[in-house]
Amino acid sequence: MSTSTVLLILGAFLASAVEMVEALTIVLGVGIVRGWRSTLIGVAAATIVLAALVAALGPALRVVPIGTLRLVVGALLLAFGLQWLRKAILRSSGYMPHHDEDAAFQRQRAQAASAGREERAGLDWYSFTVAFKGVLLEGLEVVFIVISFGSAQHRIGLAAAGAAAAFVLVVGAGVLARGPLERVPENTIKYAVGLLLTSFGCFWGAEGAGVTWPGDELSLLGVIAFIGVISFLLVRVLRRRRLALAPVEAPA
Amino acid sequence: MKYVRSFVLFWWNFVVGDDWRVAAGLAVALGLTSLLTHEGVNAWWLLPVAIVLLLTGSLWREARRAS
Repeated sequence: MSTSTVLLILGAFLASAVEMVEALTIVLGVGIVRGWRSTLIGVAAATIVLAALVAALGPALRVVPIGTLRLVVGALLLAFGLQWLRKAILRSSGYMPHHDEDAAFQRQRAQAASAGREERAGLDWYSFTVAFKGVLLEGLEVVFIVISFGSAQHRIGLAAAGAAAAFVLVVGAGVLARGPLERVPENTIKYAVGLLLTSFGCFWGAEGAGVTWPGDELSLLGVIAFIGVISFLLVRVLRRRRLALAPVEAPA
Repeated sequence: MKYVRSFVLFWWNFVVGDDWRVAAGLAVALGLTSLLTHEGVNAWWLLPVAIVLLLTGSLWREARRAS
């Protein structure tokens, strides 16, 4: 198995796991408070829409020339990945609060408890729509990552396998914990995913633009190392700046 | 109209996000890379350098805004 294949599966797995943890928090928050029937039907409906998207887009992308596909996918991954990396650096340096899964869960529960009850098609409409939207929106990011990662190497199956492994792990852990997975180091995983998405985006985007990388696939590791070191330095510089500018507490 | 607006907004947030200058800079960097390679220059170094510059600029603006 080549380096880029391993990184492809790892990237799809980690990115999917993070999004699925967030979707699980929404589903649990609604299901525990308002009941499971309508919530799980919402989850199933969203999953069917997402599966249909992968089934439709996957084969359609096979007819696009690989160079064009890598340029477009690379550009999208770069734009998307840099957003993740930027936020992860801001969180690590203290400029942005860390994502708190337990706080999100409590917020979701409070909203679910205070929402009115409206029946449509025999379903608790609030539970259905919140679960549907939550899974669909988080799932769209998973679909985007699976399709872009997979299509750029013509290996959608492998990327989907990475996402499926994440699904089994997150849902299994959620069922066992019966609560949000707040102990998952979500911010660290997001940092790693941002780094991988940006590096893959850089590698494929440049290849799609006609570049020949020195060392071929091995240069992907070089790109990851380069952006990793730079982002680590940026965290340190920003943290130092924030501490230097922080107001000094007056003595009691 | 509401759904079209939501759809466009979703994709804007999805692809462009908080700092449109990063997305615009990436488009320029990719365009330049393509131009140089078609002129016979193997500009593999351009995109990593552009990423560092765009990321640093975006973070610096955010840090200045927050302080």
